[in-house]
Amino acid sequence: MASLKINGKTINVDVEDDTPLLWAIRENVGLTGTKYGCGIAQCGACTVHVDGVAMRSCGVTVGEVAGKDITTIEGLAAGGVMHKVQLAWIASDVPQCGYCQSGMIMAVAALLKENPKPSDDDINDAITNICRCGTFQQVREAIHAAANA
Amino acid sequence: MNLQINQHVMPKLNRRAFVIGTATAGAGLALGLDLPFGGPAVVRAADGAPEVNAWVVIRPDDTVVIRIARSEMGQGTLTGLAQLVAEELECDWSKVTTEYPTPGQSVARKRAWGDFSTGGSRGIRTSQDYVRKGGATARVMLIQAAANEWKVPAAECKVSNGVITHTASGKTTTYGKVAEAAAKLEPPADVKLKDPKDWTIAGKGLKRLDTVDKTTGKMIYGIDVKLPGMLNAAIKDCPVFGGKVKSFDEAKIANMKGVKKVVPVGDSAVAVVADTWWHAKTALDALPIVWDEGDNAKVSSETIAKWLAEGLDNAQPAYVGNQNGDAKAAIASGAKKVEAVYSYPYQNHATMEPMNATVLYTPDKCEVWCGTQNGEAAFAAALEASGLPAEKVDVHKLMLGGGFGRRGMTDYVRQAVAIAKQMPGTPVKLLWSREEDMQHGKYHPVTQCKLTGAFDADNNLVALHYRLSGQSILFSVRPEALQNGMDPAAFQGVAQSGEAAIGYSVPNLLVEHSMRNPHVPPGFWRGVNVNHNAIYMECFMDELALAAGQDPLEFRRKLMGKHPKHLAVLNAVAEKIGWGTPAPQGVYRGIAQVMGYGSYVAGAAEISVTDGSKIKVHRIVASTDPGYVVNPAQVERQIAGSFVYGLSALFYGGCTVKDGRIEQTNFDTYNSMRINEMPKVEAVMVPSGGFWGGVGEPTIGVAAPAVLNAYFAATGKRIRSFPLRNQNISFA
Repeated sequence: MASLKINGKTINVDVEDDTPLLWAIRENVGLTGTKYGCGIAQCGACTVHVDGVAMRSCGVTVGEVAGKDITTIEGLAAGGVMHKVQLAWIASDVPQCGYCQSGMIMAVAALLKENPKPSDDDINDAITNICRCGTFQQVREAIHAAANA
Repeated sequence: MNLQINQHVMPKLNRRAFVIGTATAGAGLALGLDLPFGGPAVVRAADGAPEVNAWVVIRPDDTVVIRIARSEMGQGTLTGLAQLVAEELECDWSKVTTEYPTPGQSVARKRAWGDFSTGGSRGIRTSQDYVRKGGATARVMLIQAAANEWKVPAAECKVSNGVITHTASGKTTTYGKVAEAAAKLEPPADVKLKDPKDWTIAGKGLKRLDTVDKTTGKMIYGIDVKLPGMLNAAIKDCPVFGGKVKSFDEAKIANMKGVKKVVPVGDSAVAVVADTWWHAKTALDALPIVWDEGDNAKVSSETIAKWLAEGLDNAQPAYVGNQNGDAKAAIASGAKKVEAVYSYPYQNHATMEPMNATVLYTPDKCEVWCGTQNGEAAFAAALEASGLPAEKVDVHKLMLGGGFGRRGMTDYVRQAVAIAKQMPGTPVKLLWSREEDMQHGKYHPVTQCKLTGAFDADNNLVALHYRLSGQSILFSVRPEALQNGMDPAAFQGVAQSGEAAIGYSVPNLLVEHSMRNPHVPPGFWRGVNVNHNAIYMECFMDELALAAGQDPLEFRRKLMGKHPKHLAVLNAVAEKIGWGTPAPQGVYRGIAQVMGYGSYVAGAAEISVTDGSKIKVHRIVASTDPGYVVNPAQVERQIAGSFVYGLSALFYGGCTVKDGRIEQTNFDTYNSMRINEMPKVEAVMVPSGGFWGGVGEPTIGVAAPAVLNAYFAATGKRIRSFPLRNQNISFA
């Protein structure tokens, strides 16, 4: 049994401590917006915030994040108001298949928190998520739009 | 030669599946029949709203539900097809929503929605005619229903944004109010479609209809399906293709947490079913399995390459795909000869969402939930694997986390049904690990190509011999489509005519294919055979231009006089990238063109190279003439995405074979481009009208050769074997 603080709620889940956070979120908590892509922290589809920092949830265990503040894509909108990154994403019509986009949005939201006006080089350094559809130019456009929102 | 090949597995539906009439279809289907007193039957959607016809359902609140048979996998077809229907329907676009009919419903209604398969860049181009008619027919019926109510001639009524007006009296009503009456009318026998130049909804870069849920985590993909009491399965198929399971020791994992059952799947795979997928996968990794790997375990990339190289020898038999004059004689007597051998490796689709399907099987019903590029093929697979009759099977399509051709295949559906059949009454979700997905793909086929060109004394190209050796997709996937043994699709992009015709006239031309089919299963990978054919032809065109001492663009233009549409897109990129004007200091250009999927495309790249091996791509310009553009914003995204997919394969891709199995296991060994490596793609759309071409795939053909030709311009080094990582060439 582990106690996870997800999107402001404390949830007790019946999992072993070494379960990857990703699978606890998807299967035990039941939030499926966080996606499985590789399981080895390469692709970023499973990105969530742990104490405000973007992390690949397939690469951390439940035991490592117990008691920490975890935010998933479902918890990004605060008080029913979409996050500015989500609004910019909609305005730029970024997603194609959309599967990587939860992770991409979470990575960008964390970047903007730390660096409110990132340059193209900052974006290149910070955003390393894989998108097989190739939405990168809309992603870049939307990051700048969100930064200026 | 007929190249209009349906590139996906056509469903093998038996006659039984098609003879069910609508009368028996109501039970168990979302679409029931309501037989009112008098008039034809009104078919209703699940929520009771009337169908005006198969494509259009209108709710009392004026919401327009447009039915989409093709699958959305990111390419925007859901939005594009809805735009085409809405254009003819003259409805209010802000009230449009979409829904997928199920293949079971379609079969029960004599294929009311036609072809479900979504591949070969066909989604819009091969259904635009009948979906537009669907919209137009519904419009005529809705106006007629209003006219009947007002007792005026329909000709005196007009419609705009779903509001019908009787001009003379000024009376108005809405689609929502007359839909019920319209649904009872006989459809008109014939309707006239709008001239695309009069479009107001189609042809515009409208926002996608599926974006919001993709930014909030609410979109449900196959992997996200939840059913009451559902269990989860992880699977391991014999890593050597064609191998079998000899034995497995389930006692070793029986006590592991969450494990419910260990089941054989066919004769080549084992699945562990558990409460959660993580438990299933953990137990599967601990399960001792003994494989009978068979003779294929001796195969490696080296043995395949050797076998393919033998096929480049003219003495070996080959199928002729395109021929004029006598290329061999002209080469023998030419004043100058140029020869080069290229090769292109296996590639995995690596969709972001690994293969998965959820199945609930009982002896009375088999239901499947999955992402599929071909609902009917998934349905046929479920029919066969379940052994149940058509009226007891259905497939519920979900959003695809990428397709690129992979989800046109049905192997994962068959496996999921086979597992669920061993646990009747319990829904089971089968999910492949990324490792399973990498090792059990349907790979872009492996080929080599020897190209020989000959010039006369005045440096005119007089002959071209294009000899392919390698794998046929159709041989493995659709053998019935072979033509006397020949795979016509192998000549995509270098064919004489049709939807993938060569853009050059050479007095003596021979294009042929020595077919060699290794055991690695091939599949339709975005762009399919256009990929390697465009690389071979377009890189070699630059080699020929060099030999002739001519500019690569000018050299091509001289051969393209009889191919004005190919030439127009080439000219469009040349102009936009500034060909013939000096590039910035240290920046070099490459150019390429090809025709595929009925569209004409060209690309140009500007790159710089550091230390001979670090490539920075500064600019990409790409033009396309698909005849008509239904949504320019989505076409632009397909063009840019084609470069990301094509250049990822060129730089990072390549699946290699060792001991009969694929060596790459995950994104650490099969990488993909990131945002820092990709410049903005400048798309130039030059739709010339009069034909309908595809947009999802053709552009990928020019992605690699444009960059490779720029690399040669920068370094004087010609790369003929891929991926570039094997040449120690990488992104800067």
